[in-house]
Amino acid sequence: MAAKTLTIDDKHLSAEEGATLLQAAKEAGITLPTLCHLEGIYDVGACRLCLVEVKGLTKLVPACTTRVAEGMEVLTNSERLRKYRRMTLELLFAERNHICAVCVANGHCELQTLAYSLGMDHVRYEYRTPRWGVDHTHRLFGMDHNRCVLCSRCVRACWHVEGAGTKNVSGRGARAHIITDLNQPWGEADSCTACGKCVQACPTGALFHKGATVGEMVRDRHRLEFLVTARQKKEWITD
Amino acid sequence: MKVRLATVWLGGCSGCHMSFLDLDEFLLELVDQVELVYSPVVDVKEYPENVDVCLIEGAVCNTDNLEILHRIRRHTKVLVAFGDCAVTANVPAIRNQLGLGNAESVLQHAYIEHAQNNPRVPRADGIVPPLLPRVLPVHQVVPVEYFLPGCPPPAGQIKTVVTQLLAGAAPQLAGAELKFG
Ligand code: SF4
Ligand code: SF4
Ligand code: SF4
Ligand code: FES
Repeated sequence: MAAKTLTIDDKHLSAEEGATLLQAAKEAGITLPTLCHLEGIYDVGACRLCLVEVKGLTKLVPACTTRVAEGMEVLTNSERLRKYRRMTLELLFAERNHICAVCVANGHCELQTLAYSLGMDHVRYEYRTPRWGVDHTHRLFGMDHNRCVLCSRCVRACWHVEGAGTKNVSGRGARAHIITDLNQPWGEADSCTACGKCVQACPTGALFHKGATVGEMVRDRHRLEFLVTARQKKEWITD
Repeated sequence: MKVRLATVWLGGCSGCHMSFLDLDEFLLELVDQVELVYSPVVDVKEYPENVDVCLIEGAVCNTDNLEILHRIRRHTKVLVAFGDCAVTANVPAIRNQLGLGNAESVLQHAYIEHAQNNPRVPRADGIVPPLLPRVLPVHQVVPVEYFLPGCPPPAGQIKTVVTQLLAGAAPQLAGAELKFG
């Protein structure tokens, strides 16, 4: 494949044609905040945390879904980006109910980790405190909509790694939420194979193993990556 | 001159103050540098004037909290939202999810539905402060200078922030120093 040359934060680099800006940045040792991106599953650009500036474009673009192009000049850490990232993150916290002190994912949550790394010590927006429930009908897993950030990692894992197609996003805007089968309780969703891949994929405390209590929901992120590599490359690699 | 320090406990569980006491021997160093002018651990009834720094534990849940918070803001140079309840409203704000009328429904739930003996909602004008319709984090009521989250904030982080404040610096927690929950 042809290589493209570009600059990211004044670093000159070359990347394979078709690579995303996120991949190119990572290879150059530049870390970007991400939430909906999960290694091993295709990207959808849902969370907007990986936004970057590209010279010549007035709009900010998500690094995870933007492909490298010849001569691109990319900025990943400008004042403008830091401002929007912090805003996006605070809006994510304000949207549903994040009460870390009583959350299964406390201490092992990607949303929390992002807050720490971006120095978010408080949320400037009014909390919406919507009323969402917990689906406890599945025999092995639970879903707490209060903690969901709608990254759709669970949906993509369910459709494209497990191939079950149980999980979906329903509704729009503030009413958007994750459903199982035809908006049935998870325990009644016949297509679910109870594989647990969605639980492994979830960055927050929204999906959990039943019985996990505060701070107990630790995940093994490499398991999904392992499965995808095994299937696509016929390589069974664990580290 | 010693720094005039206050600590106050609004709608919280006192856990942040317990963590403050976990400062152990640093408390002795602190005594040399500050005058504790108001706190749950000293016997002063009225929030004084001319306070330099106040650590505020707890969310704003009732009319008492609201009233003292406005007084604190008027008489204090630097406010620190101390702990998750002060910073995010945390567990006390769970009732906000019940929408309008949540204050009455939590009282009914706790004092009537779950009462084993003598079901009655405690009401006494001027003694039991009425609940606010919505529980709020401190900075949504008055401007706050600094934020020290954590449920509770670990003693080490309290020390970092207090030391920086006493040195006249602007504390800012990030990375491993920052913690919610
Ligand atoms: S999902 Fe993460 S950020 Fe939200 S309450 Fe749980 S630990 Fe906190
Ligand atoms: S357990 Fe497996 S099949 Fe069931 S919803 Fe999750 S990913 Fe889909
Ligand atoms: S349940 Fe978890 S993985 Fe699924 S959309 Fe919500 S936060 Fe993302
Ligand atoms: S990681 Fe790129 S938009 Fe979420």
